[in-house]
Amino acid sequence: MEVIFMLIGFSLLSALGFLGAFVWATRTGQFDDNYTPAVRMLLDDKKGNHQ
Amino acid sequence: MSADGLNIGKKIDPDVVATNPKTPQVGENYILTDKFEYDNTIVRNFAIAMMGWGIVGFLVGLIVALKLVWPEFLGGLPQLSYGRLRPLHTNSVIFAFAGNAIFVGVYYSLQRLCKARMYSDLLSKLHFWGWQFIIVAAAITLPLGFTTSKEYAELEWPIDIAITAVWVIFGWNMMGTIFKRREKHLYVAIWFYIATFLTVALLHVVNSLGLPVSILKSYSMYAGVQDALVQWWYGHNAVAFFLTTPFLGIMYYFIPKAANRPVYSYRLSIIHFWALIFLYIWAGPHHLLYTALPGWAQSLGTVFSIMLLAPSWGGMINGLLTLRGAWDKVREDPVLKFLVVGITAYGMATFEGPMLSLKNVNAIAHYTDYIIGHVHLGALAWNGGLAFAMVYYIFPRIYQTKLYSLKLANFHFWAATLGIIFYATSMYMAGIGQSLMWKEFTVEGTLRYPNFLQTVTQIVPMYFIRAVGGMLYITGALAAVYNIYKTAQQGTLIRNEAAEAPPLLKAPQTNEHDGHWHRALEKKPVRFAVLTFLAVFIGGALEFIPTALVKSNVPTISSVKPYTPLELEGRDLYIREGCVGCHSQMIRPFRSETERYGEYSKAGEFVYDRPFLWGSKRTGPDLHRVGSKYPDSWHYMHMKDPNATSPGSIMPGYPWLYTDQLDISHTEGKIMTLQKLGVPYKAGYEKVATADLVAQARKISEGLNKSGFNVGPDKEIISLIAYLQRLGTDIKAKAPVAK
Repeated sequence: MEVIFMLIGFSLLSALGFLGAFVWATRTGQFDDNYTPAVRMLLDDKKGNHQ
Repeated sequence: MSADGLNIGKKIDPDVVATNPKTPQVGENYILTDKFEYDNTIVRNFAIAMMGWGIVGFLVGLIVALKLVWPEFLGGLPQLSYGRLRPLHTNSVIFAFAGNAIFVGVYYSLQRLCKARMYSDLLSKLHFWGWQFIIVAAAITLPLGFTTSKEYAELEWPIDIAITAVWVIFGWNMMGTIFKRREKHLYVAIWFYIATFLTVALLHVVNSLGLPVSILKSYSMYAGVQDALVQWWYGHNAVAFFLTTPFLGIMYYFIPKAANRPVYSYRLSIIHFWALIFLYIWAGPHHLLYTALPGWAQSLGTVFSIMLLAPSWGGMINGLLTLRGAWDKVREDPVLKFLVVGITAYGMATFEGPMLSLKNVNAIAHYTDYIIGHVHLGALAWNGGLAFAMVYYIFPRIYQTKLYSLKLANFHFWAATLGIIFYATSMYMAGIGQSLMWKEFTVEGTLRYPNFLQTVTQIVPMYFIRAVGGMLYITGALAAVYNIYKTAQQGTLIRNEAAEAPPLLKAPQTNEHDGHWHRALEKKPVRFAVLTFLAVFIGGALEFIPTALVKSNVPTISSVKPYTPLELEGRDLYIREGCVGCHSQMIRPFRSETERYGEYSKAGEFVYDRPFLWGSKRTGPDLHRVGSKYPDSWHYMHMKDPNATSPGSIMPGYPWLYTDQLDISHTEGKIMTLQKLGVPYKAGYEKVATADLVAQARKISEGLNKSGFNVGPDKEIISLIAYLQRLGTDIKAKAPVAK
């Protein structure tokens, strides 16, 4: 059953990686604004802009 | 401060403005936009691959479904036997259909969300052709019987390495695009894509570790219980990070786009993303409840699975509520119809999941067709629904035309939905019905249905209804392919779609030139760090795992011995023919199972099983204690024509085992490989292994000859019989028949 400790290790490692990503994202202001991103993604298509 | 979209234009370097041909005019509200082009060709290519492989995968699924009704349908050919086609079906649907669908979604939405073309056209092409090459390799090797038999990880080691390489190319291309994005905020869909890339890489590498014997044969690095644990850690997370997170990303892009409404709650999308990826990684052991896995690991899996309900439903609710006030559009738009049914099915499947992880529910549903219904609800409605919604959304846009036929799309929708309903309900009934029959006792305390076959023939009509459901689904999919083909024909593909967006300005001190190459330099360390991490991680894992595991293979039950060379070869035939697709080798500690099959399975009995063959489905009975239950002659007749010994059986015959010679050219290599993995064959045994094998085969052959079956000792069937007769006998108290 030693493999379970390896899997816990891998799982914790990836969880820590995700945690780091979360902290980074929060610190760099990714989640400061919970409104505009949802609206902005709707606006990217400019009609008549095609070649 | 982070409203980057709003304060663009505050800092303008006059020098740069002067050299820019498109100097902003007074009154214009944009400044210094980059002009660039989205790559639509790659999106189109992945979409064609998705639909093409989808049809193939569905058709193979239909064939195996029909084989369960008429076992001799397309019978007699080893390459088209049920056991070999089933993994082809699962692999083509998961990795070819859903896989290419993921790439359609990522390549279309990522460019637009990042306001940037894909990082490298060359990497895009390598990714596309590499992935298709892997699918072709799978489609060739699986019917030929080259398989590891670990579910959804059946491909042999050279293909596994190719998958790793192509996956890294995909990640490199995606991360490169993210680094050169022109939109500072990473929209929630991108988070889902990143989690997909990283976690699938980890899962694939850890689960696929093995030691090669030859170019298309390897033995798992793990044995028995450990192999089972790693496999289902992988298996469940494959569902999580291949069939769920990328599709949630797709949902978060295409639902708001199609409804032209912002997502219901952006905050909820962020919260449920992080919750989902934190919880999913430990849900795997719920596939092994009541098995020989330690109880605490089982409970851990159950607890995490129950908790998963919250983030899963967070996504489902967020998707459906995005349509508030837009339900009238759902009535008209096939894109939204498919999305709504898909998300609803996701909600149902993610409710079933935690429920099936409860031990008392699992005791009834596991090993039955209920699980088949459960996974198809996810695959057909959630993955299939989102995939086709995406194609209906994308094609008219990149071909600058209207969908060829709305009617046909509506036909597709209803055929698919009806097909799913037929499929799921018939499987639910078959699963619960059969399980209750397995467990029913008479008042005298004996099994009500002691003959397993009685419980099979009972549900064959359900198998027929399931096949009808599948046929409906394929009909719809064919209509979609025709519809999309005609749509493409009436429009012209905008291979490179022009777009413009202001560049992402970094901290605007110093002058622009300085900042420019600074920026390039800043990016590199991140890229290097990621690549280094990956390299170190893979290298470290490769070094650490074998050493950690080899010494842990000390048998815990002294009477459990390694397989003889003949049994080992027979076991590899069992793997080749995909027997594990229908037969489990794991007797759970229930009275209904110990009465039917014998003593429940112990962890220590599997220490030499590479890979483990516990299985996940009992279309036929469990085989863990089949050893010495029947005489050799019974197996001989049964494998040739199952109906001869078991009238009404839906198992196909295996006539080629009686004519083909057993390939013993790798026996020595196999023993040596297993020795390296820590199996205690004594030193030098590999030299006499073949002789041992021949001697044992001769004995079995002579026995069969005495019973009137004329078969040479060199035939494959002999080794398979040797293996079957060995199963579960190591700890058997004197066989009851021997008295």
